[in-house]
Amino acid sequence: MSEKNFEIKINEKACKRCGICIAFCPKKVFSSENDKPVVVNPDACTKCKLCEIRCPDFAIVVGGDDDDDK
Amino acid sequence: MTMTSKPRLMQGNEACVEGAIAAGMRFYAGYPITPSTEIAEIAAERLPKVGGKFIQMEDEIASMGAVIGASLAGLKAMTATSGPGFSLKQENIGFACLTEVPCVVVDVQRGGPSTGQPTLPAQGDVMQARWGTHGDHPIITLSPSYVREVFDMTIRAFNLSEKYRVPCILLMDEVVGHLRERVELPDPASIKIINRKRPDLSKIEYYNPYQDYDGDGIPPMVNFGEGVPYHVTGLIHDITGFPSTKPEVTEYLISRLMRKINDNLDEIIDYEKFYTEDSETVVVSFGSTARSVIRAVKILRREGQKVGMLRLKTIWPFPHKAIQELPPTTKNIIVAEMNFGQLIEVVGASAKGRFNVIGLNKYNGELISPDEVIAKVREVNKNA
Amino acid sequence: MRKSLEKYYRIDKLPHIWCPGCGHGIITGAVVRAIDNLKLDKDKICIVSGIGCSSRAPGYLNFNTLHTTHGRALAFATGIKLARPDLKVIVLTGDGDCTAIGGNHFIHACRRNIDITTVVFNNSIYGMTSGQYSPMTPLGAYATTAPYGNIDRNFDLCKLAQASGATYVARGTVYHVPQLIKIIEKALQHKGFSVVETLSICPTYFGRKNKLGSPVKMMEMLRDNSITVKAAEKMPREEMVNKIVIGEFFEENAPEYTEEYMKIIQRAQGEE
Repeated sequence: MSEKNFEIKINEKACKRCGICIAFCPKKVFSSENDKPVVVNPDACTKCKLCEIRCPDFAIVVGGDDDDDK
Repeated sequence: MTMTSKPRLMQGNEACVEGAIAAGMRFYAGYPITPSTEIAEIAAERLPKVGGKFIQMEDEIASMGAVIGASLAGLKAMTATSGPGFSLKQENIGFACLTEVPCVVVDVQRGGPSTGQPTLPAQGDVMQARWGTHGDHPIITLSPSYVREVFDMTIRAFNLSEKYRVPCILLMDEVVGHLRERVELPDPASIKIINRKRPDLSKIEYYNPYQDYDGDGIPPMVNFGEGVPYHVTGLIHDITGFPSTKPEVTEYLISRLMRKINDNLDEIIDYEKFYTEDSETVVVSFGSTARSVIRAVKILRREGQKVGMLRLKTIWPFPHKAIQELPPTTKNIIVAEMNFGQLIEVVGASAKGRFNVIGLNKYNGELISPDEVIAKVREVNKNA
Repeated sequence: MRKSLEKYYRIDKLPHIWCPGCGHGIITGAVVRAIDNLKLDKDKICIVSGIGCSSRAPGYLNFNTLHTTHGRALAFATGIKLARPDLKVIVLTGDGDCTAIGGNHFIHACRRNIDITTVVFNNSIYGMTSGQYSPMTPLGAYATTAPYGNIDRNFDLCKLAQASGATYVARGTVYHVPQLIKIIEKALQHKGFSVVETLSICPTYFGRKNKLGSPVKMMEMLRDNSITVKAAEKMPREEMVNKIVIGEFFEENAPEYTEEYMKIIQRAQGEE
């Protein structure tokens, strides 16, 4: 959990471990653990949501459900 | 039916469009091909007048696709073609069979195979109408002999297609399509129209598009855009409409598709018997060929020959009962058809050795004449 | 999955069949976000597809969905749209489905300018049948049916669409997703036939056969080789080799087919 009071949720069941979120996060928020994305640097997250919209498996939600998805 | 319209000279292809519009057709997609083209031309002129839509597509395949799309969106839809185009439509006809989308496909038969003889009559698409698309599938095929019958049978094709959610093929031929006859059309109010069965959504908690709610094998249909989203696929699917490879789902679907036709043969099958009560020889025929047969039978009866005719109005499902219920006097069946011998295979299977089954076939682009029928009957009766 | 988007999906059908790193999920997500951003009436949307990996997308989407025969999605879609012009019709198709077996339907749908939005999932290969070359496979690339390299010249789909009469033509990639969502939104709002070619990635077949590496490496290629339409205009021809030009190519207002047909109906009824 971040001190910024928002979550980066990864649905592990849906994740197919392609590594796209890890590689292209501009702030290096994710790290790879056996190809699985893990949030290691949540404070750096700017909520750009590129990981969420680039996830081929709809497995990432950044910023909570009521957060404006734009 | 009460007659109100003035008698008029009408072509078979024109009667087809008039019948279709009377049946409620409001969408036509087609591609020009002899000898069916007049159907497209007349539909293009007539449909917008009744608020319907006509589109000339880029090919026959697209025409069939557009017809299925329009029907799913709620309009009664038809396309018309001839042999080569009928071949091209087959994959999408199979799609309509599996997805149970009502539609009418008119095939005005010409000589084949391949480009064949575009302007000459034939009845060579009998088997293609039944088995033109791949896999086991239900189909209904009707074949008219007269211009007025084209009108009535086009309405019937729509009614059967809507009722059973199955493509219905109107198997015409060049002669019936291009023939002009004096016809009186019925009062539109007297025409019986059947529309697709709709679900009572107030009683259904969750609509499954392929669930047999009524136990008659026919799922009630919601049209696209009516607020009940569902999935339609050409893959084998379960009652929810989604693909499945389970053996029990596959078997259930295919058997239900066949059952909805096979359980209703008496309603779907229609034929006309003529002098068959005491016949020794019965000529089985359909389409324009039947016209020559009727004339021949009349002449032969005047000579005292015990000959009758069985005119098939429904070709598929095949009227086996009509063959099997011929009277004990019947020894011979002549199958008259403008092809190398297609329907005769089925008649033979139906006869099960009880009758001599003899073909009268013509495949040279010319009609079977009454004289040829007469000669054949005389030959058969002499040998008998 | 974001809660606010769940209504657009058939959650019980997920996870989807696409391979790890397949770009098709990204495009599907972009289509959904574009629909959501525009607040389109969900019940009035029909999504139509043909056959292939891309064409499985509608099965996951909670609209009126139609998975048709190979190449024919646009023919079915044309029937739906002409029958019910009030419906929003979207075609999701692949490079093989759209430009090979469906090529004729594609150019004619463009020509008619019927109000349908077509999103082409271009992964440069036939994925469902495990890696044969398509009309969009680049010259020289490898495929199971091009074991010595592809000698077929590939289409430029956007040029084809524009030349055929489509009135909104754009290209995006699965790397440039914010732009892609914007493009799809514009396509959906456009009156007439709109085409969005989207470069997808197929790590399993195209990637392996052409030794392109991981999904990440393939995404990097999209990133590094893409240039905008504006930048491309200034770029010398020789530098354009292997470049992916992205953005909007063409937009025009032209008579839309179903509206023109309504005029036909008025004309026909006025004559009576």
